[in-house]
Amino acid sequence: MRKRRMVAPVAATLAVGLLASACGGGGGGVTEATGTLKDPITVQWGEPQSELVPTNSNDTFGSQVLNPMFTGLIEYTPKSFEARNAMAKSIALSKDKKTYTVEIKQGWKFHNGEEVTADNFVRAWNYGAYAPNGQQNAAMFNRIQGYKEVHPADPDGESGPKKPPKPTAKKMSGLKVVDDHTFTITLQDPFSVFPTKLGYQAFVPLPDTFFTNREKFVDHPVGNGPYKFESRTPSESLTLTRYKDYKGEDAGSVDAVKLLVYNKVLTAYQDLKSGNVDVINTIPTSALANGRWKQELGERAISRERMGITVLNLPMYQEKFKDPNLRKALSLAIDRKKIVKQVFNGEATVADGWSAPGIPGRTDGACGQWCTYNPSKAKELLKKAGGFEGTLTLSYNADGAHKQWMTAVAGSIRDTLGIKVGLNAVPTFSTYQDQMDNNEMVGPFRYGWVADYPTPRTFLKPLYSTGGSANNTGYSSKKFDDLIAQGDQAASVKKANELYGKAEQQLGKDLPSIPLFTQTVKGAKSNRLAEGTLNTRTNPAITTFKVAEPQQ
Amino acid sequence: MGRYILRRLLQLIPVFIGTTFIIYALVWAIPGNPFAGMCGPRGCPQAFIEQMSQQYNLDEPLPVQYVLYLGQLLTGNFGETFNGIEVSTLIQNAYPVTLKLATIALIVEAVVGIAAGILTALRGKGFVDNLVLAATLFLIAVPVFVSGFVLQVVLGVQLEWIQPSVGSDPAIGELIVPGIVLGSLSMAYIARLTRTAMFENKRADYIRTATAKGLAPKRVVGIHMLRNSLIPVITFIGTDFGALMGGAIVTEGVFNIHGIGGLVFNAIQTQEGVTVTGVVTLLVIVYLLMNLLVDILYAALDPRIRYD
Repeated sequence: MRKRRMVAPVAATLAVGLLASACGGGGGGVTEATGTLKDPITVQWGEPQSELVPTNSNDTFGSQVLNPMFTGLIEYTPKSFEARNAMAKSIALSKDKKTYTVEIKQGWKFHNGEEVTADNFVRAWNYGAYAPNGQQNAAMFNRIQGYKEVHPADPDGESGPKKPPKPTAKKMSGLKVVDDHTFTITLQDPFSVFPTKLGYQAFVPLPDTFFTNREKFVDHPVGNGPYKFESRTPSESLTLTRYKDYKGEDAGSVDAVKLLVYNKVLTAYQDLKSGNVDVINTIPTSALANGRWKQELGERAISRERMGITVLNLPMYQEKFKDPNLRKALSLAIDRKKIVKQVFNGEATVADGWSAPGIPGRTDGACGQWCTYNPSKAKELLKKAGGFEGTLTLSYNADGAHKQWMTAVAGSIRDTLGIKVGLNAVPTFSTYQDQMDNNEMVGPFRYGWVADYPTPRTFLKPLYSTGGSANNTGYSSKKFDDLIAQGDQAASVKKANELYGKAEQQLGKDLPSIPLFTQTVKGAKSNRLAEGTLNTRTNPAITTFKVAEPQQ
Repeated sequence: MGRYILRRLLQLIPVFIGTTFIIYALVWAIPGNPFAGMCGPRGCPQAFIEQMSQQYNLDEPLPVQYVLYLGQLLTGNFGETFNGIEVSTLIQNAYPVTLKLATIALIVEAVVGIAAGILTALRGKGFVDNLVLAATLFLIAVPVFVSGFVLQVVLGVQLEWIQPSVGSDPAIGELIVPGIVLGSLSMAYIARLTRTAMFENKRADYIRTATAKGLAPKRVVGIHMLRNSLIPVITFIGTDFGALMGGAIVTEGVFNIHGIGGLVFNAIQTQEGVTVTGVVTLLVIVYLLMNLLVDILYAALDPRIRYD
């Protein structure tokens, strides 16, 4: 890094020298000198929460490493978040809509030279789903036939005292290897958007070395993606280098990328401004005020739509919040436009439904009139609900940047409805998640969700279906569940999305949570890069990096 | 002397056990399941939480957990973090950086602080004294994150004399500015402490005797006055070194130094008890050894102080 300060002047002198002697040639030396292992492109990063195993990692820092290192059957384009075949040559659906025959491309290799076969997929998925392995992403496999046998459900729910029974099988019956490059996936029930889901990190293949020597793999992960693991100093940095024999489309052009752990967002920002780091994917709150970061960074600033949404969940397990009129009154009392303008400087989109605005196949405006600020109607509905006694307490986790906008939301409700509104800051996300899991929220609480895969369903089923994996409002609607189930069994993705849209409109009638807004993905790149895209899940898309041609 | 040191070293054992137990209990007593937040807004599957709880013995009662942990610690095994990294590796990476940083801070604060103290004490009231008083007051009043940030922006971003952040394996040169920032607060205290102590001793009988005997002023100040005046200063520097080793959280954060401070801070945030206890154990040892060193230094400074 210290070197680079010298590279620029040296390169400049060289370029001047070349021009002066009329050699031309364009000083290509600079392009070669950057992005190599000696002088890698540097990216802001943080220490991952879990080990670097695709089925056991769920945080953004983990996927920032695992995404370029592994390629699954499907991949999502970094720019539009659309699904396309990656390792899959074809995914064919049987007539009963339950069995997929997957043919994978031949000649692909893991970074250690092992060939990628159908068996690598099947073993990896079985490993991820098997309960005793305790993998974080186990639930991702729950649609596959035989999941219940390898991962039996807890009879009295997660918080109950009973322990789930022991698995009766080690492998899911729905996965069968046909030959080296073909396997079949049989689902419990038809699930029209299942192939779209396969681009999620948990569905990647794992090499044999993972199963023979797991510990070694954790220290030095081996994937089949465009970038391979080079070295890591825990809590400092991790280096990836380009895998030259990569057969896929998005091969990347930078030879080496170094991910640097930053403990403070502000430090990363200062480093970017002085060319000490090449890509950052967060902007400190202090620089966001009045759009200062855009003035300071100019063309280097990156801002784009995010495939996520922020909502205010309502604890429907509390007696007070069972009345839909109260829920609607609260939603109508929030001036979203003003908050987006004042708190986020316009760097957010007002929500009109429960799925992210840019998600492919979305039905717009599901929330309808209930998501527009309407003080008189809000008061009227509050009256209908019999008013609100005591203090309405809004909860958020204090270790994220939520205080400012939560204060604004609380203020808007208080001013419009004339009721007492208090804020409850839960110190850590961990405690916050624990309280949500155990239905301990006393009032509305903030919640954020980012798309796992590109379909509106990812915002609906886990959050609002009865017993959904992330349903912490306690909402349960037969109509909603039925519509999702119908969507899952639809003949085409288009038809499925229509039905998911209808389900979303059902939420517009019941309002189990209040949609608020979608923040944009904000980051910046240095002048060393001509291109440095952040994907819609805020991760820098390493394969899109292009080193800038030297300026003359 | 030998017996004294041995006794002090034996005292280490109960202090060690007491502190590690308190830290261990405190870290794991933070309400909420430490693994609940690991899987993002989806929440973690029960199988995952159970497996992790088992791995860290959290399903046992606290005293049993602690004994298991201590047994592991005594065999030199610091355990593993939640993301599968040996805590000993983390400490090995972080300690040298923090040690370098703390040493630079210590040298800066001792040299500048003592020099300023002597200068003001000898000159007596006047411009220099007022200047140093005002300067130290300023240093004490400005929080570290302000001074660190200002230096980072001015020297790093605007003037480009230094890098705004410190690399992963920093050379001494890179750590000088963060070291000055870190040592600035204590520097002010040392200057004031030295000045007061010198003032007191200036009128002491033995100084008058020494001057009356006709000793050179340099010798009176350097050997007689300074030696006695340094006792409180040395005490301060000794404990401060311990504080610098563990308390550089803000400075390390501003300059992105991957040292002990940041390590503990992040571990507390993620409720990673294994890392916290491991690092704090080492800090306790550093504190105890520094205190011992200070006590031994007393005897060299003032022979009237005796042990046993």
